[in-house]
Amino acid sequence: MIETKGLTKYFGSFAALRDVSIALHPGRLTGIIGPNGSGKSTLIKCLLGLVRPSDGLVLHNGRLPDTGGSYRAHIGYMPQRATFPGDLTGREVLALVSKLRSEKPHRMDSLIDLFDLHRDLNKRVRTLSGGTRQKLSAVVAGMYDPTLLILDEPTAGLDTGASKVFKGYVSEQLKQGCAVLMTTHIISDLEEMADDIVLLVDGTVSYAGSVRELKLTTDRPLLEAAVAEILQQGAA
Amino acid sequence: MTIVRQISGFVIRDILRSRWSIANTMFFAIATAGLFYLQADSARVAVSISSLSLVFIPLISLIYTAMYYYNSRDFIELILTQPIGRRSVFLGLLLGILISLVAGFITGIGIPYVILGSSDWTDISAVIAVIVIAIALSSIFAALALVAATRCDDRGKGLAVILGMWLVAAVLYDGLVLAAATALAEYPMETPLLIASLANPVDLSRVLFLVHSDMAALMGYTGAVFIRFFDQPIGLVVATVSLLAWFAAPVWYGLRRFNLKDF
Repeated sequence: MIETKGLTKYFGSFAALRDVSIALHPGRLTGIIGPNGSGKSTLIKCLLGLVRPSDGLVLHNGRLPDTGGSYRAHIGYMPQRATFPGDLTGREVLALVSKLRSEKPHRMDSLIDLFDLHRDLNKRVRTLSGGTRQKLSAVVAGMYDPTLLILDEPTAGLDTGASKVFKGYVSEQLKQGCAVLMTTHIISDLEEMADDIVLLVDGTVSYAGSVRELKLTTDRPLLEAAVAEILQQGAA
Repeated sequence: MTIVRQISGFVIRDILRSRWSIANTMFFAIATAGLFYLQADSARVAVSISSLSLVFIPLISLIYTAMYYYNSRDFIELILTQPIGRRSVFLGLLLGILISLVAGFITGIGIPYVILGSSDWTDISAVIAVIVIAIALSSIFAALALVAATRCDDRGKGLAVILGMWLVAAVLYDGLVLAAATALAEYPMETPLLIASLANPVDLSRVLFLVHSDMAALMGYTGAVFIRFFDQPIGLVVATVSLLAWFAAPVWYGLRRFNLKDF
């Protein structure tokens, strides 16, 4: 289980996160939502060790992560913009990740099959479409069977078919006990997939709990309306 | 070290395929071939190439390293999400960029030299001296550029900083030293000037070449003053140690910044 306790991050005098405490459980998808600039990306980067918290803790299975970054062996990350060196081929990008981990990928070939990437792997990344790069990014994120998948706007660049395949992949990972953290502005994706919701507003958690509970509390049958209700209550 | 090698290997592969790398190699190849066309003497061509290198290698190293860093920032983030330390990523990037820059330079001047140059040992050793200078300058300015890029998240600000570095090191510095020496002509200036020259890797590289080629008259003012000191073995040791320090200091500082940086 991954959890944050009182996570706070200041950039200068600007508080990007204030006292954020959340927990990500195996087999559950937690959706992080919030307006632009609410701290979603900063939270993700704190979990990945890309941003150092000003205060608070990130705990991996109850322990502080080591400074060498070995805890990241269990994390798969799919960033919002899949940017790889343009003059490398997709196959070389995957080889780079494998070599950095000094370990054979557990399921690279099956993911390449799943996302139908065979034809594109020998092309230079700069010639690939945004959607194909996003699929390549999904393979990078999943090829070591992570126990935590962090997905930042994963379906934004995917066409309908690829998006469906991707969601199928995420569901399969959840069944296998992987914890999934996902940010998206597409509420229907969360409606379909999320078990828990964290609503961030101005770096503060406005709501953290299950989707079901959120709908019951706000008496709204749709997630979008329930979130709007919470935001409205916060504004009032 | 394996991770550093892996990262640098991929950086080299990425850079060597880019148009920028071809343009860099072509620039030095055309310049060298042009110099051979104007003056057939290989030793004189080496002197001209060294003068060209003192100006352009810092500029190319600074701009290319910073641009590569800025263009690869998302990918660097992705690498940092893998289970590896930041130190390896920083050193891998630096090494990869550095090897690519040096390879471009050696190929660029090497091919015209092999085709048009003489096989006399004196001429060959002059070319080797130029290559040593190129390696020293590329290393120092690539490290400085990586520090500047790591410090300045804003690409425009970062590029302004590195252009400022180049302007001071390659253009303004000698002028300022000369102005100071002229203004204080009544005082013994050799020791202060010697110390002042250690503060500029471009001048230090020039001194190394001067020592080797004994052509002080063709170089700048500070070079002419120091040839007397650097002609001795201790002088060469001081110059080499200073160049190493010029490389080690930004690498050390860059590593510290990179380790603490928020991406």
